[in-house]
Formats: sequence, structure tokens, C-alpha cells
Amino acid sequence: MIEPAARPALAAKARLRYDRASGGYLLLYPERGLALNATATSILKLCNGELTVDGIVEQLQREYTGRTTPELRQEVVGFLEEMARRGLLRMSGAAG
Amino acid sequence: MTAAPRPYTLVAELTYACPLHCLYCSNPADFARRHDALDAEAWRRVLREAEQIGVVQVNLTGGEPLLRPDLEALIEEARALDLYTNLITSGIPLERERLERFRRLGLDNVQVSIQDARPQESDRIAGSEAFERKLRVARWVKELGFPLTVNTVLHRENLDRIGEVIALAEELKADRLELANAQYLGWALLNRAALLPTAAQLERARPVAAAARARLEGRMEVVFVLPDYYAEFPPPCMDGWGRQFMVVSPDGLLLPCLLAHTLPGLSFGNVRERSVGELWAGSPGMEAFRGEAWMPEPCRSCARRSVDYGGCRCQAFHLTGNAGATDPACSLSPEHDKVLSARAEAAGARQGMVSFRYREARPGAS
Repeated sequence: MIEPAARPALAAKARLRYDRASGGYLLLYPERGLALNATATSILKLCNGELTVDGIVEQLQREYTGRTTPELRQEVVGFLEEMARRGLLRMSGAAG
Repeated sequence: MTAAPRPYTLVAELTYACPLHCLYCSNPADFARRHDALDAEAWRRVLREAEQIGVVQVNLTGGEPLLRPDLEALIEEARALDLYTNLITSGIPLERERLERFRRLGLDNVQVSIQDARPQESDRIAGSEAFERKLRVARWVKELGFPLTVNTVLHRENLDRIGEVIALAEELKADRLELANAQYLGWALLNRAALLPTAAQLERARPVAAAARARLEGRMEVVFVLPDYYAEFPPPCMDGWGRQFMVVSPDGLLLPCLLAHTLPGLSFGNVRERSVGELWAGSPGMEAFRGEAWMPEPCRSCARRSVDYGGCRCQAFHLTGNAGATDPACSLSPEHDKVLSARAEAAGARQGMVSFRYREARPGAS
């Protein structure tokens, strides 16, 4: 379960890369890669270890005006949990 | 000819030279007859051309890639191309300063092979006193902030210690642990009688790996690869021939897998003469088993043909004499008895009683 005050960052092994062929982004890690959709890309670009989950939702809200904040939060948390389960995110401490 | 699929990963085998002598080495048995033909400039061109046609990851491997004094230049080029760059190494010979340099140049991940969780057993498999040095390198990797992959090849002598291997990887704070059962090709095929585990060993090992995978989720990725010989269906070897992976061998051949150049009658072009893009799309060897047109029955009408792509062509050749046959590891193969008899042989063999041969230069071998 991810705390709203956690500050997610990409794990050391994971790297975002722009993909000329598709015009989208890939998340690369050892022996694997994920092709990201636009929302996933926006979320991961905000995982800088400084923004909290709430902060990420707030930023995204400006871009995704068609969705309510609870909807957006649910989507972000679900995605971050899946990424954490795969070991692709680390959570900096909630304090500070 | 249909359009070639997009390659994602380049396996750059920089040399077949290696200070270790592992019994199951994935290099060809005749590696000593093949020479390093590509200098740093040629490899840099290979990286650029591979990236041009879609490659986003490069595995710098061998042999032992650390034996190349120009490894730094290749890491630098790979990083300039924004390729995810993975060094696949035994960790020998390596000084901490050189590893620091790799870090500064932008290397993304380091994979260190560890042959066993116990020093003596590990060194026996490697044919060299390497265990303690490897652990030291693995610790440096983490200290310098790299992600660490630990790769342990499993076989009958170490499979029962899989729990110890997992514990060692945890102690080293590995980000990924590959518990890779040996593939019985090349050197491992020569040593199959000494290496093939029994069904009972695998039955004991599987739940241990599964429990570790669940327990370590999110911290350490645990990958357990069943030996083809005990799978009901073969795995998709290299994710299919010429589909996502390209290998460039030390002698400059552009291949779909590590051993395709040991199959008779196939011609693969050399990157010294033609571009990576041209060879990927159109060398006769790359075309030979791409797609489904080459498939015999039972593959041709099998629902799994788009899952496993007919299995491993090298295994098919080594066990049946025909590289175009269904992989005999498949339970539907008409020659599956060849795998069943190897299993029966493994069940009957007494541990420690089988002779084996270390990987060594055998200039006369084919």
C-alpha cells in the first residue's frame, strides 16, 4: 500500500527512454522493457523522489482536466503500486 | 520476404576469451578457432547501426568482456546512443577503479555470475579460484550505486542448494537474481551426463524459487528458468528466431542466438562487410527460421506455434540432426524420446560419479 505522502522515484535499475519508432516512451530495465502509454509516461516523469503521491496527482490534474481528483488518484496509486510490485519504483520516506 | 520485425536487444559478444572454464559455457565448443575480429571502431558502428533500426538495450558480454581494454569506449558510445547498457561479467579481472569509471561513463546495470553459494563448489565449476573475488566485485557494484543482477546457472550439483544461492543474492542486495538452469547446448551438452538434474531435484527446487519470488517481490526480481528437458513445451528460445534479439559474435557474425553459427548450412553475414540493418533484414541465415513458414508438423498446426516459435533450433539440430525439426524438448515432438532417455539417464546416474570436461581451447574441435 502506498502512502499519500510517499515520494516515489524510479528504481536504480529503471530508465525512461524516448522511442523514435513509436513516438512514445519506454521504461527500460535489465533484460526487459515496457512500452508506456501517455498517462503512464506523465506519471513516471513526475516520480522524481521529491513530489509526493498527492503532489503527483495535483500536477496531473492540470493536464487531465476531464477526470475528478479521486478518479485520478485511484488511477495513479494503482499504477504506482504495480510499478513498485515489479521493483521499478522506490519510495523515499514520507517525512520532510 | 516479409518485413523484418523490430529488434530490441543487441547481445554484443566482445570476445570468446575468458579466465574461467565453466562446464556449461554458452560459447561454441570450437570457440578457440574463432577470433576477435572487431575493433572498438567497428563495435561502435555496430551499436549505432543497431540503434538506428530499433535496438534499445545492449548486453556487453563474451566470453569475458572485461578482457577488452576498449570496453570503456563501447560503454561511452552505448550511453551516447541512450541504449540501456548491461555488463554481463564473471567479475574477473576487475579493479574497483575501473568499475568506477564504468559508472561515470553511464553503464546502467552489472550482472555478475556466481557459480554456487559455496566457495569450493563454485570454484570447482568455474575451474578457477574466483568465488571470493566475485563477491567482492558484487559488493563494489552496489557500493557504487549500480543495480546488481546475480546470475547462477543451475545443474545437478548445485540445484539442491538453491536456497543458499537465494540467501547469498539477498545478502549481496541483488536487484535481480537469475536462477537459470543450464541449456544443454555447446559445452553443457558435452557435459550433460554430469549436469542434467533429476526430476526429483527440480520438484524440490521449484517451490523454493516460487516462495522466494513471492517473498522478495518489489525488492529482488527472482527469475527461475526450468530446464527445457523437463518442460512440457519448450520456451520461446530468444523470443523467436530473428524476432527481438540480435547477437553479434566476436568474429563479427550477425546471429539470432549465441550458437546459430554452429548450425551447418546456414550463412550469416559479417558486420565487417555489411550493415547491421541489411543483415538483420535479409541474411539467408536470419531468414531461415523466421516466422512460421519453415515449421514442420506438429508445430505447423499447433496453437502454441506463436508462443514458443517451435523451440530451439540448436537443440533440434543437436538432438535430431535436423535444425528444422520440432524441438525434441516439446512433449509433442516425434523425437521427444531423446529427451526422455536423457532424463532417465539422469535419474539413474550417481551423483559425483560422472566425468566432465572444463571449457578449454581445443583447436582441432569442430
